[in-house]
Amino acid sequence: MTHLKTKHRLLADKAMLWIVCLFATLTAVPLFAILGEVLLRGYDQLSWSFFTETTPTAYKAMKAIEAGEPIPGGIANGIIGTMIMLGMAAIVAVPTGILCGAFLAENPKNRFSQTVSYLTDLLQGTPSVIIGIVTYMWVVVPMKGYSAIAGSVALFVMMLPLIIRSTEETLKILPASLKEAGLALGGNRARVMLKVQLPAAFGGIFTGVLLAISRVIGETAPLMFTALGCSFIRFSIDKPISAVPLLIWEFFNDPNLQELIWGASLFLLLFVLTLNLTAKYLAKKWNQ
Amino acid sequence: MESVKPILEFNKTCVSYTKQTMAVKYVSAAIDRNTITAIMGPSGCGKSTLLRAANLMHELYPNIRVDGEILLNGENILSMEPVDVRRRIGMVFQRPAPFPTMSITDNVLAGYALNGIRLSKAEREETVERCLKSVALWDEVKDVLNKKGTFLSGGQQQRLCIARALAMKPDVLLMDEPTSALDPIATAHIEKLMQELQKEVTILIVTHNMGQAMRISSKSMFMYLGELVEYGDTATMFSTPKDERTKAYLTGRMG
Amino acid sequence: MTDKLYKVLLFVAALTMPIVCGGVVYALVTDAYEAFEHFGFIQFLTSKEWSYTEGAEQYGALPFITGTLMTTALALIFCIPFSLPVALFVGEYFKGTKVASVLSTVTDLLAGIPSIIYGLWGFYTLRPLIMALGISPQGSGVLTASLVLAIMIVPYAASLSAEFIKMVPNDLKEGAYSLGATRAEVIRKVVFPVAGSGVFSSYVLAIGRALGETMTVTMLIGNTNNIPESITSTGNSMASIIANQFGEASDLRFSSLIAIGLVLFLITAVINMIGKMMITRARIS
Repeated sequence: MTHLKTKHRLLADKAMLWIVCLFATLTAVPLFAILGEVLLRGYDQLSWSFFTETTPTAYKAMKAIEAGEPIPGGIANGIIGTMIMLGMAAIVAVPTGILCGAFLAENPKNRFSQTVSYLTDLLQGTPSVIIGIVTYMWVVVPMKGYSAIAGSVALFVMMLPLIIRSTEETLKILPASLKEAGLALGGNRARVMLKVQLPAAFGGIFTGVLLAISRVIGETAPLMFTALGCSFIRFSIDKPISAVPLLIWEFFNDPNLQELIWGASLFLLLFVLTLNLTAKYLAKKWNQ
Repeated sequence: MESVKPILEFNKTCVSYTKQTMAVKYVSAAIDRNTITAIMGPSGCGKSTLLRAANLMHELYPNIRVDGEILLNGENILSMEPVDVRRRIGMVFQRPAPFPTMSITDNVLAGYALNGIRLSKAEREETVERCLKSVALWDEVKDVLNKKGTFLSGGQQQRLCIARALAMKPDVLLMDEPTSALDPIATAHIEKLMQELQKEVTILIVTHNMGQAMRISSKSMFMYLGELVEYGDTATMFSTPKDERTKAYLTGRMG
Repeated sequence: MTDKLYKVLLFVAALTMPIVCGGVVYALVTDAYEAFEHFGFIQFLTSKEWSYTEGAEQYGALPFITGTLMTTALALIFCIPFSLPVALFVGEYFKGTKVASVLSTVTDLLAGIPSIIYGLWGFYTLRPLIMALGISPQGSGVLTASLVLAIMIVPYAASLSAEFIKMVPNDLKEGAYSLGATRAEVIRKVVFPVAGSGVFSSYVLAIGRALGETMTVTMLIGNTNNIPESITSTGNSMASIIANQFGEASDLRFSSLIAIGLVLFLITAVINMIGKMMITRARIS
């Protein structure tokens, strides 16, 4: 009788293993389904001109569709807009984030730093659409117009907590002996941080920055109410500007431009995933 | 003086972690019923590995291989279901680890809960009292049976873990340095307990404490570099070791 | 650089956090004020009217609060049967092996996909499927949005749960095995009880993500301003109503949208705070 029971239990054990394996594997399906679909539908749109030309007007696109030709133009305005806004956001967010992360790592226990740490979590968990509307009120309203500046402020706010956290965590796992050795040699705190701790933490921080960029580069909601979008290449930072995710959103909403969705998505997806994999690879390499 | 039939028998037992290196090499030894047998040796000699093999703990780690035979009442446990074997051969580990989410009562009965065996209320109470009494913990905890086991002191926790193993009424109890994480008083307590327990169960204990082996065991094994160097009466081995290596270890020149 | 200057510099950098967060709250509160004053706080939250006919403007957040709660709850339900196996796969069954690291790379990549691309996939692949299966005639709706949301939060729930499952001491597991338990029994009776609070907290944080997810929901929920009658109905979440209407709104509607934003901000802040607190507590024990 006990033997029968044991058999039953062993069967349940096996069943659980198989269920876990099955469902865990099923989780990978969406990744390949999404990659596959974007790849299949988008790859024949990718050409040199797709990256060098700007978005066509709806009229031009309609004409092309009527004539049975591929839609002309590309996403150059979006790529440049993304680069400008991301660049401006990163220039401010990276140093601020690293310094703030260093502050948290250096003063882990006092009340102010605990508040800062809590606020970092708060900001990191804030829905991106809220960052968008808040930035609208901060920047767009006083400047009386959408602009690249507004877009980069939104991206800055989204990047900041990510960089703070990765810096803090990387600095915290450095051996304490490193800092002590530096101080024992007579270096002051600033010098030890600059010459010993930060270089030792470089790998982790760099990975954190890459991940932060990959996280915000595909953000659409915060840019809808700040950068707005623009159909030509523009370098002025006080005017509306485009971005790759904004273009995807525009194509999605414009029946004439829908064919362009997949090329733009493929570009964005490949970029983000490559950034992710690179960050993961570098993190592994630096950890060794 | 020899028992009719050994309860546990190692027959050319080998354990290897990788293809090249063997942690336990061709150990053969028969353990008599209701005795305490100590396994001694310097760290890394394979004594814990051998003990864990008798509980089929190696099955949890896919790269460990066990060859030869380990016989329980004449049956080779290596070809049996681990689940069945482990109920008949209990194990107590180095560090006391009562289940932190369970009360003292539930810790004692954990074996039944884990095996999905239902007990009546009377059976539960009887088992808990009997097992806690046999580890001399009953008087200390009988009023706090519903508290978490982790509130107890280290020595009490280890006794609780012994009670947990005894609750399954095993034929053999394997103890892997059960007192190495405890203070001398708790150690003395558990040693005394083992002497009592050998009436109901056969004990195989790994220890690196020679005094302990001398105090509690009737038979001793000495292992070195994975080999069973010497196996015999504890008193004889301590007074007149046959092997040079045993002698070196017992006189403190090795270890 | 002197020590003093260094300290001041770090302090000033750290000050950006309170300033930014204060700015977020300030902006939301000042602009939401008009709506709350006009409709009354409780009234605003419990009214289900959302009409912008001039002269008879009426704005209430209830449809969108309901929409958000429905999509989040459904997403959670759909996510568990996948995230839990992934966590067990990575944190217990195949802990430390190559397959486990492949699977966690896969889930990391899932977490990296921009939400607008999830939205596209949901719109062009899942929505037709739902129509073909006859689940709902228009394809979009709460269910469609929730399914994609579930995929999006699986990585968050799974990777954090796996971390806690990994931390269950080997001593305990071996103790249970030595009593004759099978692996499934060890997982049910030792691993889950011990890692339980940590695993639970990872789902709280996953909820926090699902609550505020914008683009995916906007593209899939159907954009109607009513309380969804069933899970296949269309509706709007708090985030999606903002995304849909913010660009064209002014005056009272603008303020009402900001008020919804404030409510969403507060809800996510509370959920995230609870989650973080639970995680800290689980890590300590």
